[in-house]
Amino acid sequence: MNTVSRRDFVVALTSAGGGLLLGFRIDAPWRVAAAAAATPLEFAPNAFIRIGTDGRVTLIMGQIEMGQGMYTSMPMLVAEELEVGLDQVRLEHAPPDEKLYVNPIFGIQVTGGSTSVMAMYVPLRRAGATARTMLVTAAAQTWEVDPASCRAHRGTVTHTPTGRKLSYGALAGRAAKLPVPAEVPLKDPKNFTLIGTPAKRLDTPEKVNGKAQFAIDVRVPSMAIATVAASPVVGGKVAGLDEDKARAIKGVRQIVNLGDVVAVVADHMWAAKQGLAALAIRWDDGPNASVTTADVVRGLDEASQQPGVVARKQGDAAAALAAAATKVDAVYQVPFLAHTTMEPPSCTVHVRKDGCEVWTSSQVLGRAQATAAQVTGFPLEQVVVHNHLLGGGFGRRLEVDYITQAARIAKQVEGPVKVVWTREEDVQHDVYRPYYYDRVAAGLDVQGKPTAWTHRLAGPSILARWLPPAFKDGLDVDALDGAVHLQYDIPAIQIEYVRHEEPVLNTGFWRGVGVTHNTFVIESFIDELAAAAKHDPFEYRRALLAKSPRARAVLEVAAKEAGWGAKLPAGRGRGIALMYSGWEAYLAQVAEVEVSKAGDVRVRRLVCAVDCGTVVNPDIVKAQIEGGAIYGISAALWGEITLKSGRVEQSNFNNYRALRMNEAPTIEVHLVRNFEKPGGIGEPGTAVTAPALANAIFAATGKRLRKLPVGDQLRSA
Amino acid sequence: MATLNINGRDVTVDVPADMPVLWVLRDVVGLTGTKFGCGIAACGACTVHLDGNPTRSCVTPVSAAVGKRITTIEAIGETPAGKKVQRAWLDLEVVQCGYCQSGQIMSAAALLAKHPHPTDADIDAAMSGNICRCGTYVRIRAAIKQAARGSASAAKGA
Repeated sequence: MNTVSRRDFVVALTSAGGGLLLGFRIDAPWRVAAAAAATPLEFAPNAFIRIGTDGRVTLIMGQIEMGQGMYTSMPMLVAEELEVGLDQVRLEHAPPDEKLYVNPIFGIQVTGGSTSVMAMYVPLRRAGATARTMLVTAAAQTWEVDPASCRAHRGTVTHTPTGRKLSYGALAGRAAKLPVPAEVPLKDPKNFTLIGTPAKRLDTPEKVNGKAQFAIDVRVPSMAIATVAASPVVGGKVAGLDEDKARAIKGVRQIVNLGDVVAVVADHMWAAKQGLAALAIRWDDGPNASVTTADVVRGLDEASQQPGVVARKQGDAAAALAAAATKVDAVYQVPFLAHTTMEPPSCTVHVRKDGCEVWTSSQVLGRAQATAAQVTGFPLEQVVVHNHLLGGGFGRRLEVDYITQAARIAKQVEGPVKVVWTREEDVQHDVYRPYYYDRVAAGLDVQGKPTAWTHRLAGPSILARWLPPAFKDGLDVDALDGAVHLQYDIPAIQIEYVRHEEPVLNTGFWRGVGVTHNTFVIESFIDELAAAAKHDPFEYRRALLAKSPRARAVLEVAAKEAGWGAKLPAGRGRGIALMYSGWEAYLAQVAEVEVSKAGDVRVRRLVCAVDCGTVVNPDIVKAQIEGGAIYGISAALWGEITLKSGRVEQSNFNNYRALRMNEAPTIEVHLVRNFEKPGGIGEPGTAVTAPALANAIFAATGKRLRKLPVGDQLRSA
Repeated sequence: MATLNINGRDVTVDVPADMPVLWVLRDVVGLTGTKFGCGIAACGACTVHLDGNPTRSCVTPVSAAVGKRITTIEAIGETPAGKKVQRAWLDLEVVQCGYCQSGQIMSAAALLAKHPHPTDADIDAAMSGNICRCGTYVRIRAAIKQAARGSASAAKGA
């Protein structure tokens, strides 16, 4: 089903769920769409709202749901202005359409970069207000009264003086014939009744009873299931395989060898997996056969010794450094990281004579359609794409590699085929967070106050590949995000970017994007400066934030709530970090860690203070900070993808660890509320965590970690 | 051929004896609420109950499930503990992407069925096999405690 609604989910899913035990049958989504399109008198003033003459309000979700709460916060924006309750709406996944569902920040249909609320705060409210204005006009015309004497509330227009009422359903036909107004007034935020409240999520009821449909759950009649092995080394090719052995396995239908990837198509995943193992594929590893992580680091180290493109310049940093009483410099490194979304990549494709149908989950649905069209040779309008709830995104599904691959396989298969990656395939063929290599230096005056700050970061440009127009003048605004936003009041600043590509692994966005990397560097280094100056790390930062009151405020709240300065038992330490970026959100975190004699780190407590401007749903903001921090802890403590003989050495959760319940800290989130414009909040929790932990480890042990993950670095201490 | 008792109904399936219950449920029977996460019993997304015991279905062959009661997420709400857990999960807004939550709920329901008033250590022991990449652990712990209290609440999350 492609509709979800807290109130309707039981009813809506009964039809699909009726066949559950017997399996094999689910209403085909295109039939649902056709039925909806057949409704004759639907009021659809824009791409986000449809109101039927039966009163059913359907909201079309251009921003996808991957756990970050978009299927609640986006409806809240529309419903606030449309004057309907969240219990009165049904949700529908948007189809691919780069124009109708464009994210104006990127210029494409995308959910990512913590931009949804920032990008859609006004457009979706306007969509709701437009529809409500037209419905009120329709009512006023029906009654031949002044629209100003009518009021909309919970899907009904009331003529206030007489008490006459008409429901949106009754008005839909008339409203549909009205011209769409060019300008409509939006509510004054002080009159909000929904925005700013902890409204219950709309997507969760069917996520607690197994009925939520993720891409991997798609079942299409006569569908085959395939699993794949792509070359373990980037650029490698199949050298040989034992097709007969795979075919001998019961349930295996077909072997598809595309040269760089092999798929086993079967009745079920178990046969496909066994078939793949039986193939015993031999690979020609190609030019990257001997690459190791050390080769990548060496390349970055060399690149970082050359001047970069200047991204921010203030004063004369070189002169200020030379004149400084004390000079501090350091090299920071962060590793390749995999995303490991809980739902492994999956895509179902049916290539027919007259077109192609795709069932998947994507953060970039237009691109999903485009790649399927390109692979199959059909024009876009003959490629139907059904999106689903995402079993985690974290940036992984900003790429369409698994959709391209599934379409290539499906071209060779009669009937629909669902391609499911194993976890091993996922860990070893991700589009990884790049390795970054940073050189930072600062000069301090005799009081220990910084007078100069230089930061040169070296790494690849994801944007140059992913969104080429955004890569301008040699600068990658994502790679530099956070670094160029340095909030500390330092007279001389120079930030440089050295683009250095190491095409031995595919690299892409990972939760927190450039900010995650830069915040680790900045907030660790400012901690180093505080230590060099023999100042308290919180007070040192605070003194440099006079010109950034929002940053200073969250820092103060986090410190106060955490009991900054209170004594801790031996082996424990408290660290603080601050995050700011192009997301226009400010987040401070105090982490409390315990380091065992053996060098194991246990994170005991995180206290966060966040100011993300206008808040749509405070409970979802808190959930994003909590979850983002957990994601950040996993990466900071253990996250590392390494290469040996061109191959990724990690393969599954046993050697690419994720934090577990028994290892999780308590987390407190304090919101600093205001009516500044809304900022992004999906990623800050991840970005701020690594430096807070590293600074806490420094406080506990005196050891400064300049390289992630923490791993076993404390074992030799 | 094997006959499995799934959610109170006998279902006969023609599958190899070594086929994991996970794939029988998902690809043969059509119960997709039980999730594939790792295939090596490292993440808990595939957790079902065998005679009430939480079991990683991705490494449990069909042959080991014959003669036992298999309960999946689709039916756990029919048990007192499962119902309480689902209620608490929604009350405290535990869920984010939701993909791991079938397994989390199955582990939590088994815990509460055996230990109606679990300690933090009980919760750690019962839940440490279930990975959540969205990081909902803080709320899972709170929701288990709320379910254990049995309080019908509209209280907000952590």
